Amino acid sequence: MLTTQILYALTGCMIVALGLRGALLHASVLQRIVAINVMGAGVFMLLIAVAYRGPGLPPDPVPHALVLTGIVVAVSATALALALVRRLHAEQEDD
Amino acid sequence: MTDAMIGLIALPLAGALATLLLPRSATAVAIGTGLATTVAAGLLLSGVATQGALHYEIGGWSAGLGIALRADGLSALLLMMTALVALAASVYASAYFNTASERARFWPLWLLLWTALNALLLSGDLFNLYVTLELLGLSAVALASLSGRRAAVAAALRYLLVGLLGSMMFLAGVSLLYAGYGTLDLAALSHMVAPGPSAWTALALMTTGLLLKTALFPLHFWLPPAHASAPAPVSAVLSALVVKAAFYLVLRLWLDVFATVVTPAAANLLGLLGAGAVLWGSWHALQAERLKLLAAYSTVAQLGYLFLFFPLLLALPSGPARDLAAGGLVMLALTHGFAKAGLFLAIGVIQQRCGHDTIRQLDGTAQRLPATTFAIALAGVALIGLPPSGAFLGKWQLLAGAVEAGQWLWLVVTAVGSLLAAAYIFKVLGHAFGHRPYPNQPVTVAREEWPALLLAGMAALVLGLSGAPMWKLLELGI
Amino acid sequence: MNWDAWLPVLVVASSLLPGLVIFFLSEGSHRLRTALNLAGAILKLVLVGILIWGVFHEHVYESRWTLAPGLELVLHADTLSVLFVTLSTVLWLVTTVYAIGYLEKAPHRSRFFGFFSLCVSATVGLALAGNLFTFVIFFELLTLVTYPLVAHRGTPEAVRGARIYLAYTLGGGMLLLIGTVWLHVLAGPTAFVEGGILSSLPAAYHPQLKIIFLLLIMGLGVKAALVPLHGWLPQAMVAPAPVSALLHAVAVVKAGAFGIVRVVYDVYGVNFTDQLGLLTGLGIAAAITIVYGSVMALFQDNLKKRLAYSTVSQVSYIALGTAILGPIGTIGGIVHLVHQGIMKITLFFTAGNYAETLGIHKISEMNGVGRRMPATTLAFSIAALGMIGVPPVAGFVSKWYLGLGALEAGMAAWVMPVLITSSVLNAAYFLPVLYRAWFREPGPAWPAEHIPAARFETSAALLWPPVITATLALAAGLFAAAPYSPLEWATLIAHREYGL
Repeated sequence: MLTTQILYALTGCMIVALGLRGALLHASVLQRIVAINVMGAGVFMLLIAVAYRGPGLPPDPVPHALVLTGIVVAVSATALALALVRRLHAEQEDD
Repeated sequence: MTDAMIGLIALPLAGALATLLLPRSATAVAIGTGLATTVAAGLLLSGVATQGALHYEIGGWSAGLGIALRADGLSALLLMMTALVALAASVYASAYFNTASERARFWPLWLLLWTALNALLLSGDLFNLYVTLELLGLSAVALASLSGRRAAVAAALRYLLVGLLGSMMFLAGVSLLYAGYGTLDLAALSHMVAPGPSAWTALALMTTGLLLKTALFPLHFWLPPAHASAPAPVSAVLSALVVKAAFYLVLRLWLDVFATVVTPAAANLLGLLGAGAVLWGSWHALQAERLKLLAAYSTVAQLGYLFLFFPLLLALPSGPARDLAAGGLVMLALTHGFAKAGLFLAIGVIQQRCGHDTIRQLDGTAQRLPATTFAIALAGVALIGLPPSGAFLGKWQLLAGAVEAGQWLWLVVTAVGSLLAAAYIFKVLGHAFGHRPYPNQPVTVAREEWPALLLAGMAALVLGLSGAPMWKLLELGI
Repeated sequence: MNWDAWLPVLVVASSLLPGLVIFFLSEGSHRLRTALNLAGAILKLVLVGILIWGVFHEHVYESRWTLAPGLELVLHADTLSVLFVTLSTVLWLVTTVYAIGYLEKAPHRSRFFGFFSLCVSATVGLALAGNLFTFVIFFELLTLVTYPLVAHRGTPEAVRGARIYLAYTLGGGMLLLIGTVWLHVLAGPTAFVEGGILSSLPAAYHPQLKIIFLLLIMGLGVKAALVPLHGWLPQAMVAPAPVSALLHAVAVVKAGAFGIVRVVYDVYGVNFTDQLGLLTGLGIAAAITIVYGSVMALFQDNLKKRLAYSTVSQVSYIALGTAILGPIGTIGGIVHLVHQGIMKITLFFTAGNYAETLGIHKISEMNGVGRRMPATTLAFSIAALGMIGVPPVAGFVSKWYLGLGALEAGMAAWVMPVLITSSVLNAAYFLPVLYRAWFREPGPAWPAEHIPAARFETSAALLWPPVITATLALAAGLFAAAPYSPLEWATLIAHREYGL
C-alpha cells in the first residue's frame, strides 16, 4: 500500500539514483559536487522516511540525528571540495 | 582500561586543538601527544590480552542511544599498529617540514586524522562509524593536498569526491539496516541480521562504499595519484593506515554483522577483485618510473592479497584451519602497514636529498644513504613476503587455506604476485650497488632515517619472529 | 642453562652477530673487521667440534621457537646436519682468510663481510633445520643474503647477473614454498625423521605426494643447478672469486643438493620414494645434468665459466647417489657433498689466484703458469685429478661408492655409462689445462701482473687457503677409512637412514 512513508522512501531512492548518475557521468567537477549533494539529499529523505513511527507518534530521533550529522558532513565536505576547486583554478590561471 | 580507550580518542583530539592554539610549540606538543597515545594503545593491548574484549558506554547511556566503545583483539592490534606508525611518521614529519606555516597547517590535521583512526577502530555502532569515517576522509584529503601543488590538489579533489560517494552509499546502507532492525549497535545487529532483500542491498551498498575507500580494484583509480603526490609522512599514513581502516570495516561487516547473509559467491567476487588488484597493481608497480608511484601501486596490490582471504574464510568450516587463515589475514595487514609506512618514509628521505624520486637516477643517492637503502630493502622483504617477515607467515596461511579449501586460483595469484613484487623491489635495490665510496656513517640525519628503519625492521623481523601470540589474541575477535 | 637447546642457536649466532656488527664498521677498520670475522669462525669451529662429539654419542641438541600455531622453527643436530655444518664451518674459515687477501683494496668491504657472515649463518641454519618449514625459511634467507654478494662489484654486468640469479632462485623458492605448504596441509609439520614420515599416509594421497615431490625437487633443483634450472650459475660468475668459491662449494649449490637429500631421506624416506616411482626420475635428471654440464665445460675458455659448468655436473653426483637405492649409493652421494666441496673450492681459489696475481681469466692465457705459481698450480692439479676421479684424491672415493652402489641396486646398466662418460669428459676438460700450465712455455708477459713474484708466488692470504684445501682433499681420500673421516660419517648416516 502506497503510504506516505513508502512514497518518501521511494522518492529518496530515486533522488539517490539521480545523484549517483550525475556524479558518475558529468564531466565538470562542479556538476559532480552538486550531484553528490543531491545524492546526499536523497539519503536524508530516506532516513526521514525511516524515522516515521506512526500517526500522532513522535518520530524516531536516531535517524534524525543521522540526517543532521549527514548535513553537517556534506556541508563541510562541499566547502573543502570547493576550496580545492578554487585552488585548482588559481593554479590554472598561473600557468 | 576504559581510561585507555577514552585516552586514545581524547589525547590526539586535545593535541590537535593544542597545536592549533600554540603554533610555535606545535611540534613538541604533537610528539608528546603521540607518545602518550602510543602508551594508551599499549595499555589497551595488554588489557585486551588479559581481560578479553572490552566494552565501555560513554556517559553511561546504554546501547541504542549512547555511543559504545568496543575493543577486541583485532581492534587492539590495529590500534597498536596505528600508534606506532603514526608516532614514527610524526618524528619523521618533525624533520620533513621546514617552514613554520607548513607545520602550523600540518600538525592539527595530522592529529585529527589520528583521532579519527582511533575512534573508528573503537566504535561499536554504525552511527559513530559513519562520523569517524567522514572525519578520517576529510582530514586525509586536507593532508593530501597540503603541498598546494597542482597535481596534489587535483588528486586530493578526486580522492574527496570518491570518498564522499562512498560515504553516501555507506549511509544509505546504514539507513536500510536501521529500517530493518531498529538498532545501529554492531553487536546487536550481528545477532539480528538475517538474509533477505533489505540485508543484501544494505550489504552491497555498504561494501561498495567501503571498497571505494579501500581502493580495491577496479575502484582503485584515485589512489596512485593521491598517495604519490602527498608529502612523504602523509603518504605513509594514507597507505598504511587510512585504507586499512576502510578494510577493517569491510572485515567487521562481512564476518560479524552480515555473517549469515554473505554467500560464497559474493566472497568469490571479492576474491576475484582482489586477484585483479594483485596482478594489476604489481604490474603497474613494475612499470612505475617514480618511487612514490611504485609504492602507491604496491599498496593497491597488497590490499588485493587481503581480499583473497575472503573466499577462504567462507569456504573453510569453523575450526583451527579457519582461525589460522584469519590470523594470517591480520598478520599480513599489520606487516603491510609497517612495511609500507617505512617504505614511504625512506622514499621521502631520498626525495629530499636529491629533489626527485625517479628510479633510473637513483644510483648516487642510494649509495650515499646506506641506512635508508637498508630500510627500503627490509620493507621490500616484507612486501614480497620473504621470511622472516610477518608477511611470510600471512602468505603461508593464505596458501595453506587455499590448499585446504581446494581453491587453487588464489595460490597461483599469490605466487605470481609475490614474484612480481620481487621484481619491482629488486629493480629499485639494484641501484644500491655501484662505485661510490661507502660513507663513513651509515646514518646521516637520525630523525629522518631511524623512523623508516625501525618501521621496516618491525615488519621484516619483529612481527615475523615474535608474532605467535597474535593468533591467541585474535580468538577474542573474529 | 640448557646447553643442549642453546648449542644449535649459538652455532648460528657465532657468525650472525659478528656479521651484524661488521655492517656498522667504517671502511677503514680492517683490523677490527678481520678480528671479528676470524673470532666468529674459530668460535663456530669449536662449537661444531662439540656438536660432532655429541651427535656421535647420540646426544640430542634441539632448539624450538614457535612462529605461529603449527609452525615451529626447529634447529636440530643430527648426523646429516653435522656433516654439512662441519663442511660449511671449515670452508668458511678458509674462505674468510682468502677473502681478506682478495679484497685487500676493494671498496665496500664492510658490506661484503657483513653479508658474507650472514650467508654462512643462513647456510648453517639450513643445515641444522629440523623440519621442512625451518629449512625453507633459511633457504630463502640464503637467497636474500647472497644477492648483495653477487652484485657486489656494482658493474652493470654484476647487477644483471645478480638479477638473473634472483629470478631463478626466487622462482625456485616459490615452488619449494608451495610444495611445503601443500605437504603441511596434508601431513602436518614435516619434521626430518630418518626414514621419512610420509609412508604412513593413505594411498589416496599418493598422486598429490608425487606432484609435491616434483615441486620440491624443482624448487631445490634451481639452487642445486639441475638441468634445465641451472641457467643462473654461469651468470653468477660475475661475483668476486671468494663469493664464487663460497657459493659453488659450500653455500648455495650445496644447500640445494642438501635439500634434495633431506627430502628423499628424511621427509619421504628412500624406500617410499622408490615405491612412488620417483627415484628413477630423479636419477635421470641427475644423469642428464652430469653429462650436460661436462659437455658445456669443454667449450668454455673462461676459467671460471668452465669451473661453473663443472659444478653443474659434479653436484648432480649427489642427486645421483640419492637416486640409487641402497646404502652404498647413499654413501657415495653424501660423501661427495663433502669431497666436491673441498675440491671445488680449491679450484675456485686457484682461479682467483690466477686472476688476482697475473690477470689470467682465460685458459688460453695459462701457458706455463705452473712455473710462475707452482704451489697454486699444484693445488689446482690435485683438485682437478680428484674431479676426474683419480685415486688417491677424494673424488675417487665418491665415484667408487656410486659405481658400487649402482651395481648393487641393479641400476648399473645406465649409471655406469654415465659415470664413465663423465669421468672421460672431466679428463677432457681438465687435463689439457694441466698440460698447458705445466708443460707449455709461458708467453712474453702475463696479462696484468698485479702481484709481483717475491719470496712466495703471491700474497699469503691468497696462497695458503688453496694449499690447505688441496691437502684436505688429498687427506680425505688417503685417510678415508680413518674415524671421523667424511666417508665414515657418511657411512654412519646411511646406516641410520636404512635402519642398519
